[in-house]
Amino acid sequence: MASRQKVLVLYLANSALDAPVVAWAEYDGTGETRRMAGDADRPPYPSGLEALKDGWRLFQAAQILPHARGAEFDLAYLKYEFFFEKIVETAG
Amino acid sequence: MTTLPLLGALDMARFTARGFLRFDAAVPDDINAQFLEEVGEANYPAPGQGMLMTYGGLLAKTQIPEVAPGAPLSGVYPQGSAVDRLLALPLVAGAIRSLVGPDPIFDHHFLHVTFPPAYYEAGGGEHVSQHTHQDSTIDPSEGFDLQIMYYPHQVIREMGGTRFVPGTHLRRVSEVALGRYQNIAGQQHVVCKAGALLFLHNGIWHGGGVNHSDRTRTMFKIRMNPRAPQVRQWDVSTLPAEPAKRPIFFRKSFPPETVESILMTPEPWFEQDTGRLEYVNRIKLWRRLSGDPAFDADYWLTRLENPARA
Repeated sequence: MASRQKVLVLYLANSALDAPVVAWAEYDGTGETRRMAGDADRPPYPSGLEALKDGWRLFQAAQILPHARGAEFDLAYLKYEFFFEKIVETAG
Repeated sequence: MTTLPLLGALDMARFTARGFLRFDAAVPDDINAQFLEEVGEANYPAPGQGMLMTYGGLLAKTQIPEVAPGAPLSGVYPQGSAVDRLLALPLVAGAIRSLVGPDPIFDHHFLHVTFPPAYYEAGGGEHVSQHTHQDSTIDPSEGFDLQIMYYPHQVIREMGGTRFVPGTHLRRVSEVALGRYQNIAGQQHVVCKAGALLFLHNGIWHGGGVNHSDRTRTMFKIRMNPRAPQVRQWDVSTLPAEPAKRPIFFRKSFPPETVESILMTPEPWFEQDTGRLEYVNRIKLWRRLSGDPAFDADYWLTRLENPARA
């Protein structure tokens, strides 16, 4: 047996973990599934909290940073990023 | 003055808000057939022949010209060629004129082809979709380039289609730095009959979908730059005499569609706070396109620009 990591990344509508999901990604270290861009039009969970309730462990959350003076309206990347994991035992 | 059918205020507002306009069945069948004849078919790869070589072989035998950037778009395509005829269609010429003004500059073009699974089984390489990205590089300018995506044959969902995310065009990101976002609420996949066109702001997030069908999928993209400021190049006679100011937050009814209501329509992926900044950035782009530096919608900028608060 060997341990493998599954990673779920959720982008939420605000910094609260129970806010709605607006974007998402999954990476499967077991190799059983191969997720890729554009492969699902509906999120796996309606919120970050629902992912926790399904056994995903949060291991990183985006900081809430102040806005640079003069660039308050500049937008770039999605702001509320949450990384989750599941550790799965495989045959190795 | 031009006699071209220019875009009206509502279409320009839709482009400002969502970063694209879609025209289905815009290109007649004879031009679609001519284009496919001019690009030809990719050879089935010999065992062990990589996909890059297969792709390169296809590009080399097309009749599409190699052209350096910076040339006038009007002189790029041979007279009577499929793309020359496409660009001369009144709908196309009018939309180009409205969005990037007269005599646009050719930037680049590319023939995007996605291959069926059998090509990867023969040639190797992983058969996956393209990461979502914004073309070119970080773009801090106030104007924009126009990208036309042309679909010369029917695209069914199984063929993947171009994936794009409406409303992302005003975000200043660095190409595929956003590749981590596999799926975004509200993303669209282009499924269409032959002859569809997408007119895109250069900033819109997009990527090629994976082709699970048994035939190649072809899309031709042309990027063009404005030669003059993109101010009032469209049919400004369609602008109302007075802006459609409306009550904000506390509303008992929803008025008919206006420039303001289009600019204030959110996308499903909008974050709750930055969605408001998207509105601000749409208003700023509309000020430029309409030549009206005082334009506002739903009071977002008037509140902040109140001289008493300066």
